[in-house]
Amino acid sequence: MTDNAATINETPARSRFNFGKAFRQYGTVIIFVLLLIVAQEQSDAFLTERNVMNVLRQMSGIGVMAIGMLFVILTRGIDLSVGSIAALGSVSAAVLIQSYPLPVALLMAIGIGAACGLISGALIAFFRLPAFVITLAMMTAARGFALILSNGQPIMPGPAGAPLQAFGTSFSLGFPNPAVLMIGLFALAFIILNYSRFGRLVKAIGSNEEAVRLSGISVPWYVLSVYVISGALAAVAGVLITSRSGVGSASVGAGNELDVIAAVVIGGASLMGGRGGVINTFIGVMILGVIGNIMNLAGVPGYHQQVYLGVIIVVAVLIQNGSTLFRR
Amino acid sequence: MTALIQLENITKSFAGVHALTDVDFDLHAGEVHALVGENGAGKSTLMRVLGGEMRPNAGRTLIEGEEIRLAGPTDAIRRGISVIHQEMALAPDLSVAENIFLGALPQGINWPRLNERARALIERLGFDISPRTQVADLAVAHQQVVEIAKALSRDVKAIVFDEPTAVLASGDAERLLEIIKGLRAEGVGIVYISHRLDEIYKIADRITVMKDGQRVGTVTPASTPVEELIRMMVGRPLSQLFGDKPETAIGEEVLRIDGLTLPNGVRDVSFSIRRGEVVGLGGLVGSGRTEVARAIFGADRISGGTMLLKGAAYSPRSPRHAVKQGVGLVPEDRKSQGVVLDMEIRKNATMAKSGPITRAGFFKPSAERSVVERLIRSLRIKLGSMNDPVSSLSGGNQQKVVLAKWFNADPDLIILDEPTRGVDVGAKTEIYSLIHQLASAGKAVIVISSEHAELFGLCDRVLVMGEGRLRGELQPHEFKEEKLLTLSMTGHRQSGTEGRA
Repeated sequence: MTDNAATINETPARSRFNFGKAFRQYGTVIIFVLLLIVAQEQSDAFLTERNVMNVLRQMSGIGVMAIGMLFVILTRGIDLSVGSIAALGSVSAAVLIQSYPLPVALLMAIGIGAACGLISGALIAFFRLPAFVITLAMMTAARGFALILSNGQPIMPGPAGAPLQAFGTSFSLGFPNPAVLMIGLFALAFIILNYSRFGRLVKAIGSNEEAVRLSGISVPWYVLSVYVISGALAAVAGVLITSRSGVGSASVGAGNELDVIAAVVIGGASLMGGRGGVINTFIGVMILGVIGNIMNLAGVPGYHQQVYLGVIIVVAVLIQNGSTLFRR
Repeated sequence: MTALIQLENITKSFAGVHALTDVDFDLHAGEVHALVGENGAGKSTLMRVLGGEMRPNAGRTLIEGEEIRLAGPTDAIRRGISVIHQEMALAPDLSVAENIFLGALPQGINWPRLNERARALIERLGFDISPRTQVADLAVAHQQVVEIAKALSRDVKAIVFDEPTAVLASGDAERLLEIIKGLRAEGVGIVYISHRLDEIYKIADRITVMKDGQRVGTVTPASTPVEELIRMMVGRPLSQLFGDKPETAIGEEVLRIDGLTLPNGVRDVSFSIRRGEVVGLGGLVGSGRTEVARAIFGADRISGGTMLLKGAAYSPRSPRHAVKQGVGLVPEDRKSQGVVLDMEIRKNATMAKSGPITRAGFFKPSAERSVVERLIRSLRIKLGSMNDPVSSLSGGNQQKVVLAKWFNADPDLIILDEPTRGVDVGAKTEIYSLIHQLASAGKAVIVISSEHAELFGLCDRVLVMGEGRLRGELQPHEFKEEKLLTLSMTGHRQSGTEGRA
């Protein structure tokens, strides 16, 4: 069940079975299912409702950031600043809640994230500067702003923050609220990427920017937009993390950019742009969450976990690129 | 006397298509042997074989009478053959001396000595360029000097110049010819590829003419007037592929260009085009045709001149602006500019205009499908499903997808740059009839093509460009390849010996 399922159904005439294509299409799902089987074998505690909800809740921040990252990566870009913007979102939400009504404060925090994305995006799209360098700079600067704003201390929003924490720690429809929000955003992203002009052009730009430009489309505006989206969603992720802990902190999201990129890549997106889907990205996020979870349940020490994670990412990408391996 | 280099019966094919058939070519020490022919005649392929970049499918290569098989470019260089390509192969961030001795740098570099040797080589060419300068900071002409010095540093016996003056201003070109004459006097054998016949007459000892991958003949400039040479390049009459041009009513003026000048060398181009007209833009590759098209489409900046579109001032800032104003472009390079290969045919076809099939930025799937179905039918695109990627189609059908995009966008002026490049004969004929269809629907159509027969078969009149200028205009009664080539290469209407000037 990927975005391209419809394509396959409509061309039965020529569907010679193609291993490479199947792996590219369903590799992420296959990995995920294998992982679930392994997890089930490893620990009885894995498939308990409590544990599953925990994984979903833990991954909600990464998941929301991964949506923005997917859009950026589809245009052949990269956004290293998401973790830092999450921190800025977390701190500014905690600060603003104390003096503004809750919805206004949250919107302002998200707006700050979007503004960070706007700055990076404008430099990348209109001044044609490399995304890697610009978002690296934003990564440093946004973290710095978060530290300035919080004075390096965790910020307790006090009674004004209570409703936010209540949201972050309770359930709707049987799921933790942060997870519900993440899934809702994934659904929205699915619709935008597959059915809107914007989504289609974002994918096309990553695939062949010049052809899109020569079709009379203003490419820079689309490139700018994906960084704004990524910035805004990173701030949302920061707010989500704050809603779980009840504390705004400048150390939120440290190093998360790499987890987020890993999730998108495990989800089969190509860093060369143009290739990737929303559902696969969601599964990529879940794979990342489940791997960490299994290792915790199995009592793998934290340092070892990082090594295993590295190996698993490589294996996942190898399977994704099965087509290239088979061709030889 | 044994020739320095002898190529015998060279045949080279790519995917079954013969690029070279049974070609003989020889070069003596101390001569300038010019190689001429239209684009795609096989000159560059032949020189790639000589330079060891390509291995021929058949034929012998002899250097100083000894038969050899070149293992690669390095092998050719070791045997004293250097090829100086149009796009120079210098490392821009390295110094002049480093570039000259690149590939032959000793283990421990003695910089003062290396710089001294570099200076000596450059002085031998009559130039004064500091060996420490970064190549990126040099003018194109000086970069070329560095390329030549690089060849000289390796004890060169033969140098191939592939259109060296195409990138040079005329004063620099003169100096280059002087350098070449100097090298000839030192006994170096020189192959000189150029479209500038006047230069060839100035410098060549012998001229070999190629056409369609075959050698037409080898002549001396003294015994062969320009018009004879051009006749050899053009050759046989061309088959009829073009179908009948329907009578179309010529309507009001769509575009008028006055004194268009571009930063990339196009100067003072003026013409106009009306509804229902198919106007050709001919001339050799690099004559400025594509640049003019891109400027009209807003893809490149213009530095001077004015344009009027449908009577109103028109200065497109971007392709987006041009499309909005009713201009479309089928670009030269289909794969890198025309289509998004990995994307579905359906999505490519609606890319330039999606207003009617979207609501609030979201596609209406059934509306889109019916629009695309209509396009597929009317352009007769052969495909499995509209949801297959464009890459699944043949070249001709890919090109039809690009055309479909513009049929859908429905511009008033459409520019087609090499619309049938890499397209098989059957699809070509279909594309020609689509172009006629556009004209009879009242569009103004500009066709750029290196296939002169195509221009003559399709167009109501042909504008001829050469070296960035509009050299003249041919009416149907003047549709002769000789006329077009003479006009493009020499700027003169009559072919004849005065074309040498």
